[in-house]
Amino acid sequence: MRLYGTFNGTLVVAGLAIIFTLLAPSIFQFFTIITLTQVIGLSILALSLALVWGFGGILCFGQSAFFGIGAYAYSVAALNIGGSTGAVFIAILAAAIFAAILGYFVFYGKVSDVYLAVITLTVSLILYSLMRRTSGPEYKIGKALLGGFNGTGSPPLNVPGDGSAMLFPMQTFYVSMAILIIAYVFTGWLVTTKFGRVCVSIRENEVRTELLGYDTRLYKLGLFSISAGIAGLGGVLFCVGVTRVTPDVFSLGQSALAIIWVIVGGRMTLIGPILATFVLYFLTSSLGSQQIFNANLVLGIILVVFVLIVPNGVVPTIMSWFERRRTKRYERQKERRMKLRKHRATG
Amino acid sequence: MARREVVVETRNLSMHFGGVRAVDNVDFELREKELRCLIGPNGAGKSTFFKCLTGQLSPTSGDVVIRDIIMTGREPHAIASLGVGIKTQVPNLFDELSTVENLWLSARRWHGDRRANTLVKETIDRLELGEIRSSIVGSLAHGQRQMVELGMVVAAEPWLVLLDEPAAGMTDEETFKTAELVREINKTSALIVVEHDMNFIRAISDIVTLFHQGSIFMEDKMDVISADPRAREIYLGHKT
Amino acid sequence: MDLFFSLALQILYGIANLALISLGLAIVFGMMRVINLAHGEFLMLGGYTVVVATNNGVNLWFAMLILAPLVVGLIGLIVERCLIQWLYGRMIDTLLATWGLSLLFIGIITSIFGASTSTVISPPLGTVTIGEYTSSGYELFLIFVVIVLLILVYLTLKFTSLGLVARATMQNSDMSACLGISTSKIYMVTFSLGAAVSGLAGGLLAPITGVLPNIGVIYIAKAFITVISGGSAILAGTTSASVLLGGVNGIMSYITGPTFGEVALLFTAIILLRLMPTGITGRFFRKSQ
Repeated sequence: MRLYGTFNGTLVVAGLAIIFTLLAPSIFQFFTIITLTQVIGLSILALSLALVWGFGGILCFGQSAFFGIGAYAYSVAALNIGGSTGAVFIAILAAAIFAAILGYFVFYGKVSDVYLAVITLTVSLILYSLMRRTSGPEYKIGKALLGGFNGTGSPPLNVPGDGSAMLFPMQTFYVSMAILIIAYVFTGWLVTTKFGRVCVSIRENEVRTELLGYDTRLYKLGLFSISAGIAGLGGVLFCVGVTRVTPDVFSLGQSALAIIWVIVGGRMTLIGPILATFVLYFLTSSLGSQQIFNANLVLGIILVVFVLIVPNGVVPTIMSWFERRRTKRYERQKERRMKLRKHRATG
Repeated sequence: MARREVVVETRNLSMHFGGVRAVDNVDFELREKELRCLIGPNGAGKSTFFKCLTGQLSPTSGDVVIRDIIMTGREPHAIASLGVGIKTQVPNLFDELSTVENLWLSARRWHGDRRANTLVKETIDRLELGEIRSSIVGSLAHGQRQMVELGMVVAAEPWLVLLDEPAAGMTDEETFKTAELVREINKTSALIVVEHDMNFIRAISDIVTLFHQGSIFMEDKMDVISADPRAREIYLGHKT
Repeated sequence: MDLFFSLALQILYGIANLALISLGLAIVFGMMRVINLAHGEFLMLGGYTVVVATNNGVNLWFAMLILAPLVVGLIGLIVERCLIQWLYGRMIDTLLATWGLSLLFIGIITSIFGASTSTVISPPLGTVTIGEYTSSGYELFLIFVVIVLLILVYLTLKFTSLGLVARATMQNSDMSACLGISTSKIYMVTFSLGAAVSGLAGGLLAPITGVLPNIGVIYIAKAFITVISGGSAILAGTTSASVLLGGVNGIMSYITGPTFGEVALLFTAIILLRLMPTGITGRFFRKSQ
């Protein structure tokens, strides 16, 4: 099984994504386009988890913590600065730095994998708890009221440099897709670098990687922080799409969803989780409107079924099915050629 | 002729597990480009001693000194970063990756892409791994896996090589090849080899260190040790 | 003085509460190294059993002490046979599958009962007065129940043949299999018992917390953290972790309010795990049950 995606594959997908972006306004309703921005944000969260978990082997139950930090940091910064561009970078940095500090304690303390998963979940819950109680007027950072469980408003994106020139929803959609494509290509490239390949080797056998002379703690810390930054970026787009950020970004449900997208989409791929996010989001929205099948019910069934039957997720399972057909065809051709050779030799 | 310098040294090295003294106040010395075998019955403390050298265990007391730097209790990657190649008792490989990828990861630690690729090719030729270069390592036979792991060690061009039971599970032919390889590595590197296979040890070593109950019992040429009645008793458990 | 007692009681209740909601999960984790993320839902189902039963005229005590554990124990049995047994040894997959199960239960209950409370049962046993302060009599009762429960589990493990077999399987399942013990049956029984204990806990807590489909979510976070902090010894782990975390929570809540009390609990757990990655009983009390 090919575990390193080829970069060419990534570029092909990116190309398809660009085509999709250009065609989307003519295919989808305006309302759908507006909703897409938040889903794009969510899919970037899925991408970040696919990176740190699928490629790095670091299961992070609370990836939503960094997602939420990005969202809050953006909103607070943008409200104070009056413009969005700087705020986006602040959000990414805030998430990455937070992860770096947390990661330092975890990786240099040699805590085992399962416990890391718990700790990140705990942090997410702490943040959820904390942010919910920030309702009073005394809870504010600069001009931004934190707003407790109602959260705070998130300013829309504006043209870099001009704080008043806010982007229209259609433009925001284009920018969001561009960011998603850039994030996807970046991640695809990262996996092919020496850094990325060492991270994969750490996932495969951390002891051996250490014995080769790599400081695995440093690599894990780096990957963890980078993926947190990407999650933070997802948070930015999400709150811009919803025009608001509430403590729900830190909720258990949000953490669970991220994991579900990655499992369903395929943990060893980058495009799988992104696609899974879109599909499941629209699936659950259309379910939400009717009463027969509760959204939780469906998600639960999907998760259980996937763990039992399709543990590698949709995309890799499809890919390996094609792989097996190709190998069978190749084998058959080889057999035919050998038979032909024998025939000619004896004839 | 001046004596070659000491490159690996342990001073009063001890490793206790609860009440068990797996390694008991061991003083050990290895010189530049020397090849030493560590032998002894099961439980004698060779593997524990080995792990103290590689950094996989942190000794209870005493010091491990490598090229005059005190490396006691340092992380394995710090020790490997000194230029030490390590092969563990149970093969530690990247099972889902191919032979080439395994070797590449080792070579790439020290060089850029181009040199690493060259080193990988050279190592494959040297160890005759050509047939299995693209095979997924997890699917290989035990002896082949040992060879791949040796390849990983060699690809890093280390000046000190620590091998824990390199001949375990190998066919006679593979054992012969490994012995040749070890002697070849010895031309440029010092080696410490933990082993049980007597023929293998005779084929490669000069001086042998016999461990017994956590301490060094004897240190001499293999023939001398085999002839010594006390040493035979340790191994065979009866008086001759 | 009265304040001291009242406060002590409050903290003690907090500890007992934590132990109560964690015990079922600890039994399953300690025995089978399975982290059942649907544990919170077992508690929730226990609560719903009690509510539905009392709505239909069943005596409250019977519903809480007998019916809830039976029903949830049965559900646990079905879950173990249909799902858990296929995932032994795969810790992460078990986590994920039981998370899915948790969503499933929430979904089913919401579909049947709707998203809000069906009935509010007022806690029985009234209040107890200590000088100027009143404490809930029911809370006192629960503290006793938890102590009795812990003793019962201890006695079962130490002195019954089931307990012995269970401990043997926990320590060395291969060896137990060689001795003719059906490990699969042991796991099945253990999981069901753990579920039953959770059902009991949820039923007992129903009068205090009310029942909602997603009440399990609050439970699971705390229980999960308590069990992991405690380590793999069922009783010593649960008790020590509950005392430590519940104590910190209680004291901080008194000083700064419930929010920071919760935050302090979670924070303590993180520090605890950093210092003792295998839990309290992974480091100390290694020979305990």
